[in-house]
Amino acid sequence: MEWADTLSRWALPVVIASIVIFGHFRKVQVYETFVEGAKDGFPTAVSIIPHLVAMMVAVSVFRESGALELFLDYLRPVFQALHIPIEIVPMALLRPISGTGSLSVMTDIFQTHGPDSLLGIMASILQGSSDTTLYVLTVYFGSVGIRNARYAVKVGLLSDLAAAVFSVMVVYWLFT
Amino acid sequence: MINIIWLGLLIIGIVVGVATGNMDGITRGILKGAENGVSVSFGLVSILVFWLGLMKIAEEAGLIQSLAKLLRPLARFLYPSVPPHHPAMGSILANMSANILGLGNAATPLGLKAMRELQELNPNPRVASDAMCTLMAINTASLTVIPATVIALRLQYGSSNPTMIVGGTILATFLATMVAVLLDRYFRARDRRKRGDR
Repeated sequence: MEWADTLSRWALPVVIASIVIFGHFRKVQVYETFVEGAKDGFPTAVSIIPHLVAMMVAVSVFRESGALELFLDYLRPVFQALHIPIEIVPMALLRPISGTGSLSVMTDIFQTHGPDSLLGIMASILQGSSDTTLYVLTVYFGSVGIRNARYAVKVGLLSDLAAAVFSVMVVYWLFT
Repeated sequence: MINIIWLGLLIIGIVVGVATGNMDGITRGILKGAENGVSVSFGLVSILVFWLGLMKIAEEAGLIQSLAKLLRPLARFLYPSVPPHHPAMGSILANMSANILGLGNAATPLGLKAMRELQELNPNPRVASDAMCTLMAINTASLTVIPATVIALRLQYGSSNPTMIVGGTILATFLATMVAVLLDRYFRARDRRKRGDR
């Protein structure tokens, strides 16, 4: 699809140029400010190491031991009928619960199938198109002492399901 | 929840490995997983340094406030129960703008501020109000323009075109956000009918 390709090609340069130019006209010392903000980059990356190691070890043991294959064999007939690649299912299941967990499955898919494979593209879009719903809900409602979330959990999880379905559909539509 | 899942993945993995005599697989999984965790984190250094630098410029320049102005009519439609000039509306708009710009670090404190201000409008402080549920629907759907982490990881794993997923991601997240808003409206109406008020 032409427009999606154009959007992909232009989004990053346009966003970067707009921010820098906008900053300049708002009298921001762009270089100094950039460096100031960039200082947080390294500590942020280092601070996610424990989370990523914990999740990646669990995901990688689950796959290397053969447990993932067993699990997928079980589900395969259902999802094959729906034209949903089975390998994306564990990631979609983890996405609302743990951002690091689904990120670990995504890199696992990149490693096994390559980031440019249909599956790799699907995983990329799924990761980018949703958030860690249960975590967000816990933090936000917890911060003000809400006990009864009413329908918020239902809405969050159903829209995660929608995000997963749209990710698959969008990939078939744009990349095949 | 996260404890159970982590434990489950590890223990099921180990049990299956033992049961099928695949002890090497378990060891390989542990070593490879730990190594990947570290290498992926370090692979994110370059993009995080660049992205956080850029985001600082966006923040200092007041891009959040500028985008918030543009989004005001939309927010009035989404949050009919919040008075348009209440401080909560300002925080809701700032949170929405920060999310769209991908300013995750700025979005969360702004969202929590919105939550506190919505709590002041809430007649029953233990039960989520309509506006709070809408705020959650929009935050969990996470409408973002640039999925920076995903692009960085694609680059790290040798993608020939790391940004080719941007268009598709925007489309998928936009559609999912629409669904979230519609579901929020639907369940709100159903909730009202059930409780019999209005």
